[in-house]
Amino acid sequence: MKLLLKGGRVINPETKFDQVADVLIEDGKVAAIGENLTADGAEVYDASGKVVTPGLIDMHVHFREPGQEAKEDFLSGSSAAVAGGYTTVCTMPNARPAVDDAETVRSLKKRAEDVGKCHIEIIGAVTKNREGKELAELGDMIEAGAVAFSDDGNFDPKAKVLLSAFDYLHTFDKVIINHDEEPSLVEDGVMNEGHNSAMLGMKGRPRVAEDIAVARDILLAEYAGARVHVAHMSTCGATDLVRMAKRKGIRVTAEATPQHMTMTDDCVKLFDSSTKINPPLREKKDNEALIEGLKDGTIDAIVTDHSPHAQEDKDKEYPFAPSGFPGLETAVGVLLTDLVEPGKVDLPTIIEKMTLGPAKILGLDRGRLAEGARADVTVIDPKLVWTVDDKKFYTRGSHSPFVGRELHGKPVLTIVDGKVVMKDGKVY
Amino acid sequence: MEKQNVSLRGKDILALKDFSAEEIRLVLDTAKEMKQIIHRDIKKVPTLRGKSIVTLFYEPSTRTRTSFELAGKYLGADVVNITSGTSSIVKGESLRDTLYTVSAMGVDAIVMRSKAEGAAEYASRVVDPVIINAGDGAHAHPSQGLLNLFTIEEHKGHLAGLKVAIIGDVLHSRVARSDMYAMRTMGMEVHIAGPKTLLPRFLYEEPGIIVHERIEDAIKDADVIEVLRIQLERMKGGLFPTTREYARIFGLNPERLKLAKDDVLVLHPGPMNKGWEISPFVAYSDNSAIQEEVQNGVAVRMALFTLVLTGGKAE
Repeated sequence: MKLLLKGGRVINPETKFDQVADVLIEDGKVAAIGENLTADGAEVYDASGKVVTPGLIDMHVHFREPGQEAKEDFLSGSSAAVAGGYTTVCTMPNARPAVDDAETVRSLKKRAEDVGKCHIEIIGAVTKNREGKELAELGDMIEAGAVAFSDDGNFDPKAKVLLSAFDYLHTFDKVIINHDEEPSLVEDGVMNEGHNSAMLGMKGRPRVAEDIAVARDILLAEYAGARVHVAHMSTCGATDLVRMAKRKGIRVTAEATPQHMTMTDDCVKLFDSSTKINPPLREKKDNEALIEGLKDGTIDAIVTDHSPHAQEDKDKEYPFAPSGFPGLETAVGVLLTDLVEPGKVDLPTIIEKMTLGPAKILGLDRGRLAEGARADVTVIDPKLVWTVDDKKFYTRGSHSPFVGRELHGKPVLTIVDGKVVMKDGKVY
Repeated sequence: MEKQNVSLRGKDILALKDFSAEEIRLVLDTAKEMKQIIHRDIKKVPTLRGKSIVTLFYEPSTRTRTSFELAGKYLGADVVNITSGTSSIVKGESLRDTLYTVSAMGVDAIVMRSKAEGAAEYASRVVDPVIINAGDGAHAHPSQGLLNLFTIEEHKGHLAGLKVAIIGDVLHSRVARSDMYAMRTMGMEVHIAGPKTLLPRFLYEEPGIIVHERIEDAIKDADVIEVLRIQLERMKGGLFPTTREYARIFGLNPERLKLAKDDVLVLHPGPMNKGWEISPFVAYSDNSAIQEEVQNGVAVRMALFTLVLTGGKAE
């Protein structure tokens, strides 16, 4: 099967290629990129006025398998992914039970193959049952296909265990992704600690909890000569720490979410539980610091931290509701509307952080749009105006803080291994 | 005041942050009329005859729940009490479903108390009956804030320009968060003090609120002192060393009271930890209006019911 994408703005972050061109896809590969391409028998897609990018990669999603399928499963999650323009997602291991052995990784890989609409990569737990105490069988999980390790959701493992994990994984060159919040400082906090928490009377999760956790990880990674990746970085302080560490040559990378770059804890004032996330929404200066970090290379990847919850779980009084919301189907729209359109960040930078950036961190040969590359391709209509409606979501999660927002820009075509899996919002 | 221009009819009473000076004035003036009824021999008027009110309490309470119940009954409404221990809540019913059930029975107002900040706001989005917040976590307790103002005005004759000191466990206090907004709106000078561990860290960013760490600095020349209850049940420990030390350094005792004006009015939302945040010699002194507050609470709640359910005055 041949598919010719005609006349789109083609962006390939690897070569800084950014111009109007045609892309020919054949046999699951990118066969050619150039002007005025023709191909006999090819289906032609008019991409004029649209942006053609490497398939988007989200290295931080929660698909809730096994054990919490009422919130999400691999089919609903990967449908949401391709609806949002993603061709690769990496699932976090905080399922029930935790994804902490090779058997579970293998069974999830099989599920991904059977029902996945896109590539689903598996992140394994660092420690057994994510308890932060004993190392899980990391080598076995790598052989079963795990791409990285994380105890996400907890600030684990403990320093000594993390150091062991760093040393042990050195042999395999796999990265540890850490959720950085010092537990004794966040306890049962439900929002950012700041002026708003002071006036709302809700318990806060202070920035400093994240900052000292990031500092700890950086120092341990430096000591061990290891790689560490900071999950959903949310504070100006942590951004400064990562920037300094990178200058020193420490092997740290970082990711940020659209919500942490564009929203503040002012939204919490309405007590809408969709705004409850961990780490929490911060303040304007944090938005600005993260955006600066995105531009200067401190932040390597944009992730959604897609965290769907069942209606009955999330529909609660604010302090009682679980944290997280589904972000796969809104990420591109939010980033284009709130960062690109106002001129805060240019489009190629955003695309790089959603493609090549995460691919490099994970060591995946993806995120490129070049001849011979795997034909994972996303086409975005940057002018499409649409209103977020959770009833139209493919994810099982509802309660997105973006519901009701008018966004400018949306993926309109998602191609995985040369096959169209989403067109004009419909998943195939 | 042009009462005609202001109406609370059908309005959810969620937090005093939402109240204008005119709305507060309307409640205080109406409460003054209501207080007459409490002093009558036969404390029953037909204002709310045919109206039904449910109190839905997810936290223990003596004075607030009883106060709301009596306020409704004095006005002729039917009042039903639901407490978490004796309802389907123990079977795990969600707040949404409990609210649906209660409102399906045709109630006109739901008085709600919850551990969760924002629970009343949530309820107001979910069901139609008027929601009156009787305390949501550490967020708001509007009727308590209003009865404090009522009590102060009764004693001082006015509110604007008075210096008030709110002292103690501000961190866990929905009363403080209600008072601050309402007192500022009414033109009072609001001073806050307590050990730093019991003050919300970024409170100083709030305009018009003056924060001190030494209570002496707050109560100097004060017209009103509101002492807050130390809410040990909401603490996980470590916020101050001992109650003995707290009483010595931060408690309101007769010596410290001398720093305030001679006619200073002392308030406490109750229940008191006597000997900790407040000395019994202060609590039962001539300056104290702590018992009056309880009676005023009934009058203020009668005013709220009347205003939200009929928009007008009692007969």
